[in-house]
Amino acid sequence: MRDLSVEYLTARGPVQAVNGVSFQVRQGEVFGLAGESGSGKSTIAHAILRILHPPALITGGAVRFGDRDVLAMSEGELEEFRWKSISIVFQSAMNALNPVMHIRDQISDVLLTHGFPRSEVQERARALFDLVGIDPRRLDSYPHQLSGGMRQRAVIAIALSLSPPLMIMDEPTTALDVVVQKDILQQIANLKEKLGFSILFITHDLSLLVEFSNYLAIMYAGHILEKAPAHELFERPLNPYTVGLMNSFPSISGEKRRLTGIAGAPPDLVAPPKGCPFHPRCPRAMAICSEVMPAIQQVSPGHEVACHLY
Amino acid sequence: MEQKPSEIGSSVTTQNPHLLEVRGLTRYFTVGSLLRPRHVHAVEDVSFAVRRGQVVALVGESGSGKSTTIRLVARLIEATRGEILFEGVDVIQDEPRQASREYRRKVQMIFQDPFASLNAVHTIEHHIERPLIIHKKAEIRAERLDQIHILLGTVGLNPPEEIARRYPHQLSGGQRQRVAIARALAVDPELILADEPISMLDVSIRMGVLNLIAQLKEERGLAFLYVTHDLASARYIGDEIIVMYAGRMVEGGTSEEVMQEAAHPYTRLLISAVPDPHAGLRTRKETGLRGEVPSLIDPPPGCPFVARCPNVTAKCHEAMPGVSQISPTHWARCYLY
Repeated sequence: MRDLSVEYLTARGPVQAVNGVSFQVRQGEVFGLAGESGSGKSTIAHAILRILHPPALITGGAVRFGDRDVLAMSEGELEEFRWKSISIVFQSAMNALNPVMHIRDQISDVLLTHGFPRSEVQERARALFDLVGIDPRRLDSYPHQLSGGMRQRAVIAIALSLSPPLMIMDEPTTALDVVVQKDILQQIANLKEKLGFSILFITHDLSLLVEFSNYLAIMYAGHILEKAPAHELFERPLNPYTVGLMNSFPSISGEKRRLTGIAGAPPDLVAPPKGCPFHPRCPRAMAICSEVMPAIQQVSPGHEVACHLY
Repeated sequence: MEQKPSEIGSSVTTQNPHLLEVRGLTRYFTVGSLLRPRHVHAVEDVSFAVRRGQVVALVGESGSGKSTTIRLVARLIEATRGEILFEGVDVIQDEPRQASREYRRKVQMIFQDPFASLNAVHTIEHHIERPLIIHKKAEIRAERLDQIHILLGTVGLNPPEEIARRYPHQLSGGQRQRVAIARALAVDPELILADEPISMLDVSIRMGVLNLIAQLKEERGLAFLYVTHDLASARYIGDEIIVMYAGRMVEGGTSEEVMQEAAHPYTRLLISAVPDPHAGLRTRKETGLRGEVPSLIDPPPGCPFVARCPNVTAKCHEAMPGVSQISPTHWARCYLY
């Protein structure tokens, strides 16, 4: 993905939701995209699948999948591309299921639409449920008969149904309890090892991402401010926003220390601050920060940061 | 060493008297048909105490009964049985129909959703002026305005004069939650019930609100009952932590003891599930069995954790264990101790 920009046309003027964002997800890797609400992380997920609806508009950049140009695809090509190449698990996945259909029919629906042979559909559905750790007898349940965690697993089963090489997960476990969350993530990690797909993992929970992903990008107000291998970012955060985020998560172990978080609140994207969007909250802001948005540049192998300090 | 649950509160520390003491608090909700009523055991036999200047964190997953407990203490719902002692007086016996205005003044609540807890058509000033009028804190309007500005300054909303004139939609989530805290402070409460006050806020501003709570505790000697699903924040501001599971208290004590020397198998499972960048998901061992919270409708006797517990024995199915002291300031309800 290169220089992607997305605008929302609102009554109060255009909102630059994603601003020149570039990153790559490699095969078999978990790429984490972290940001607060309004940072543009979910908009990116929607842009990749071309499921943005007006008033959202892709205003620039390129999205490539392998050697294919996603932005140039026709509706017909997109239908083929979605789910077969990239599937998505939404934040409200628990509610993404149709309440009046058996889960079995919802899985078969996806398989049949994408040309799966009818004779193999039932077996595939059972295999998928096995894979995500639900008793295949549960296929004949309605969604409301399953717990939140099981529904989320069912949605993951549907996302895996066509064995896509890339799965986008947009806050997949935010609505779940921690024990269930950990169970599901562990299972996803195991499946990834077994099946070899890649994951674009989107969440606001940085401690989860550091644990779960190989590579990590920090977004703020539509910009990527820092990108690095997950452990490098955790041990050596450079951008003051990343440092602030790391300072926003109390730990359950180790010495108890006072954490400060970040003063102020994320900006209004209709009238974003000039220069770097983080400068009004930044403890190390300089004169130039309110004038010019710094370009993202490499500071050490694999570690890129957009900040005038570096 | 076993005690009745109702003695738990007194076993912790005794340097200052209890502000709030809850004994054997229980709430059942009736479901099903009139002829075949069934009961959801939302909160069962919960006992704890909160002292002045202390933050007690009530931790649990959804369905653990933590929110029902805090609503019982706020007297938004009635208890099926049990006692709520505030400053030594049994308030349920004393004010059986509803809580007195005095109790409502002394015990204030902050809700989870700062977007729903403020009225969109009124200014911030209006929100904070109402309790000042209702509880007769200041008779003259100029006096009230002064107080409003002081309160907004206290919770870090500056400049107060300008914030007071704004409407809720002109404030961010964190600012709104600070308004809710200012509104609670307006009537000089002694205990603040905080129900997941930071879970809907952006991560970068959560610490600001937690630090404000810690500061109010330090500077004003306010007591907090902090309800959360987030163990890390409970450890951060809680002096004591009480862990709930399926309507029952399973473990409690000083927050360091509960976090570092967790005794109950459920607490250990919960701690092992918290993402910890230091540990790494791939390297950690499983410490508990997978599964979910059991149904609370007419549950069988015994410990609610039996289905998931790695240390389960026959005894566990028969009756809920009593309280065992692990140290003078740490207890668990488990047959292992």
